[in-house]
Amino acid sequence: MNTRVCTLRQQSLEATPRISLERARLLTEFYRTGQADRVSIPEARAMALHHIMARKAICINPGELIVGERGPAPKATPTYPEICTHTPADFDVLDTREKVWFRVGDEERQIQRDTVIPFWSGRSLRDRLFAEMSSGWIDAYEAGVFTEFQEQRAPGHTVLDDKIYRKGLRDFQHDIASAIAALDFHRDPEALHKREELRAMSIACEAVITLAQRHAAYLTELAQSESDPDRRAELQRMAAICTHVPAHAPRTFREALQCYWFVHLGVITELNTWDSFNPGRLDQHLLPFYRRDLADGTLTEEEARELLQCFWVKFNNQPAPPKVGVTAQESATYTDFCLINLGGVTPTGEDASNELTYLILDVIEEMRLLQPSSMVQISKKNPDRMIRRALDIIKTGYGQPSLFNTDAIIQELIRQGKSVVDARCGGASGCVETGAFGKEAYILTGYFNLPKVLEITLHDGVDPRTGKRIGCASGDTGSFASFDELFAAFEKQLHHFIDIKIEGNCIIERLWAEHLPAPFLSVLVDDCIANGRDYNDGGARYNSSYIQGVGIGSLTDSFAALKYHVFDKAHISMPDFLAILRDNFDRHDGFRADLFDATPKYGNDDDYADDIARRIFEAYFAAIDGRPNTRGGHFRINLLPTTCHVYFGSVIGALPDGRRASKPLSEGISPVQGADRLGPTAVLKSAAKLDHIRTGGTLLNQKFTPQLLSDQAGIDNLIHLIRAYFRMDGHHIQFNVVSADTLREAQAHPEEYRSLIVRVAGYSDYFVDLGTELQDEIIARTEQHF
Amino acid sequence: MSLPPGGGTSALQFPLENTLELSYFAFMPLPSRLAAATKSAGPVGTIFDLKQYAIHDGPGIRTTVFFKGCPLDCAWCHNPESRLGGPEPVHPGRDERPRTLGCTVTVDSIIEQIRRDEIFYDQSGGGVTFSGGEPLLQPAFLAALLRHCRLLGIHTAVDTCGYAPWESVEPIVALTDLWLYDLKPIDDAAHRRYTGVSNELVHANLRRLHESGAEVMIRLPLIPGITDTDDNLEAVAALLQTMPRFKLIALLPYNKLGVDKARRYHLNRPEHDWSPQSDRALAAVSLRLTSHGFSVRIGG
Repeated sequence: MNTRVCTLRQQSLEATPRISLERARLLTEFYRTGQADRVSIPEARAMALHHIMARKAICINPGELIVGERGPAPKATPTYPEICTHTPADFDVLDTREKVWFRVGDEERQIQRDTVIPFWSGRSLRDRLFAEMSSGWIDAYEAGVFTEFQEQRAPGHTVLDDKIYRKGLRDFQHDIASAIAALDFHRDPEALHKREELRAMSIACEAVITLAQRHAAYLTELAQSESDPDRRAELQRMAAICTHVPAHAPRTFREALQCYWFVHLGVITELNTWDSFNPGRLDQHLLPFYRRDLADGTLTEEEARELLQCFWVKFNNQPAPPKVGVTAQESATYTDFCLINLGGVTPTGEDASNELTYLILDVIEEMRLLQPSSMVQISKKNPDRMIRRALDIIKTGYGQPSLFNTDAIIQELIRQGKSVVDARCGGASGCVETGAFGKEAYILTGYFNLPKVLEITLHDGVDPRTGKRIGCASGDTGSFASFDELFAAFEKQLHHFIDIKIEGNCIIERLWAEHLPAPFLSVLVDDCIANGRDYNDGGARYNSSYIQGVGIGSLTDSFAALKYHVFDKAHISMPDFLAILRDNFDRHDGFRADLFDATPKYGNDDDYADDIARRIFEAYFAAIDGRPNTRGGHFRINLLPTTCHVYFGSVIGALPDGRRASKPLSEGISPVQGADRLGPTAVLKSAAKLDHIRTGGTLLNQKFTPQLLSDQAGIDNLIHLIRAYFRMDGHHIQFNVVSADTLREAQAHPEEYRSLIVRVAGYSDYFVDLGTELQDEIIARTEQHF
Repeated sequence: MSLPPGGGTSALQFPLENTLELSYFAFMPLPSRLAAATKSAGPVGTIFDLKQYAIHDGPGIRTTVFFKGCPLDCAWCHNPESRLGGPEPVHPGRDERPRTLGCTVTVDSIIEQIRRDEIFYDQSGGGVTFSGGEPLLQPAFLAALLRHCRLLGIHTAVDTCGYAPWESVEPIVALTDLWLYDLKPIDDAAHRRYTGVSNELVHANLRRLHESGAEVMIRLPLIPGITDTDDNLEAVAALLQTMPRFKLIALLPYNKLGVDKARRYHLNRPEHDWSPQSDRALAAVSLRLTSHGFSVRIGG
């Protein structure tokens, strides 16, 4: 990377995440003018965005080629008081917590206290939301049965398609005007509401154009005072670009990147959408510009690389908005999950990988930034070369890009009713979530704690942690004569809590639709303009609501232990087993060892355990899939945790699989740490027994040491492993190449790393089985690799 | 079963025999899982391990079945638990459960296990490798397994030290897709000293395989100062030049796994002070053999 990129990257890495109250102050200022009271809610929202975009500080960092910051400086992170009004105590927590902190200055504290809190307290969506929830919902939420994504973050979770590269915001305003003109006030009782929404969309476009034009003006100003003639020329060129995009469709590669970035800033300033907005299939969208510019000699490969690198820095400058409470625990990261998709197939179903795919992979490798995240879509039509290049990067221990199965994603989308072409243009966003890019509002509504439901089942509806009855009566487990009775009781509790969650979601969806529409995001997602409806109110072509299941590995192993020891083998009675769990296995080390070493476990291609995993999957699917949401779409399931398996684990006592109280649960659809003993093929076979096609995404993590990937044969076989998993319809796999520190951890806590395979000079073995001397040797060799 | 009164470590430890009857056993010790299906008829054999995702024992992703029992006693053996034939109790160390190395298994139980990873063999051009120990020490069992794999269209490899009467080898030839044939010191005195037997039979069998048209990959365990010397490498080249079909050589760098396992299983074996070759030394060995016209790879 050149000096310019190096400097920008360094600046981004060193920037301090801090709270900026610029947005909160301008928003409050607008609402205090009283203008909001004279117009519809969508129009008021759009006018508020305009108020912010017309006044916020413009930040141009020295040397940068792509401009625009969400806050007044890199990593100066705004708050969204209309959604969540932080208390002074929240600010203390944000400022002082050990991980994912944000510095809060005295001035910010003062503005919050004197201006923001007095206006928004009691009016924020968060306040309304908790006030509307039933006591059953509050109990379950507090017990950690589920989380709620929309209590601090806006429904978002959508990805852009190629429309902004074909049309400017002025063109969209034209479409909006046509839609208003076509409204039928005689026959359509919603015509007025639609007009308000459409007008709001047009105002929102104006807001983002205004932001770009202010950048153009400031760049011109900077150019005038710039003494370096090269930089002056750059600034003038950037000014010209900001005058053109996003008002008009981009004409060049460089305009395309700048155009996307202004649109991105518009979406993430309007609301704090979860996950962040994301350009999606970048190697597809930019390709026509790249080829044209290269052909007519206006761009070189090196310039394209530099522009992409500058673009990458912009993402890294925008940490995820500050999260507090349960939301902070379920997603404890600065990452805002902008997942760049590469590869996959074209709208006509052909191999979509191209020269830009590889150029972007180079950028990912060189930049090694936390954001944006990246993934490679692998279809049976993509060449091995693409996977090989991705593995080259993965083996350096960076954890990116992750690998996705395009053919599974397409089947998942088609099952949900999307057209084949919309499905082919889709991909995954966030962690692993499937979506029809540019056409779907797929809202993640919260994680669901599957093992907690078992714990409550084992106590006939009572949460043993608090002694409070929060579930339904499902029977005294001591009286159950068969495993089927136990499972039926679990299903009863499952339905009880899913009903509570869905009832809450339906209320929350309405709160967002009515109080906090997203007119700018609506411009960008088909068919909100045509429908005259907001993104948050079912305006999109497809509308899905997800509930993300967590801990299927832990739950499977817990059920397997109960089935095996209590019902099949009668080694122990249910009350005795529960007594041991209450004691957290104290004084029962032998029994706990049997739970680890002599009990069927998920992740070993063992149908005894895997059939239970299938059964849990079917129960979870049946409880949720196809139920209507309030936006004209349906509830769906997916299986992923972000960091929620840690939080969910913290609210559960000892589990029958041998896990002690408060320890993390298994993550995604990965086996419990150390439960898989037969290597990666067995893990993949077990994981593939779940029906990925009926989900909207699953997450599987596999650990590898760098030596396993050090030679051609190792890489080749890993490619085969991935292809085989994807042939079995696996959705996603991520390879974490372990570090020497992890191996030291494994040396100290072998029980958690039983599945870790290492290569011992031409031979592979389980790390924890090796003697200390050999382990030390491998640690030393691993250290050399980084 | 109810809880024992009083404190102390729980008495709720199940007798291990109880658990061995289960065919779905996915936990340690792995061979016990295979012992499950011994009820069915057909030849039985003794193995000490079965590894999935074996990627160093022939092409592609493989399952390697480790036969127990070996006629050689190599000083550097990296599977010392394979030496003795038949199941072998381990003298448990402190705080260890009693265990047995190896178990008697049926052809069907092994085939069932092998078939689990068929999709990975298909994808990678992999298959199954019979290793050990010495698979040719259990020729009827080996032949039955190979015949079964052939019916299923699964690629097979036999990893052998070559020390078996030709009568045991011959019926295997037509059933095997690939031989992984180990060559230890070419000098017979050294061979006797470090492996306990003469290499005359080993070389004679290799020659017969050459004549039979079998696919063979030569594997050279590189033992510092013993098999990685210039003299031995030249002797390897000279020997193989008399068998011009054999062009593939895999170098197996020395590793300390044998020492480690001997300690792990409390096997009383002399320890040698060898250390693994450096990458540079490996490259030099590779270059020397390449210059003689061989195609050389490092690792199985």
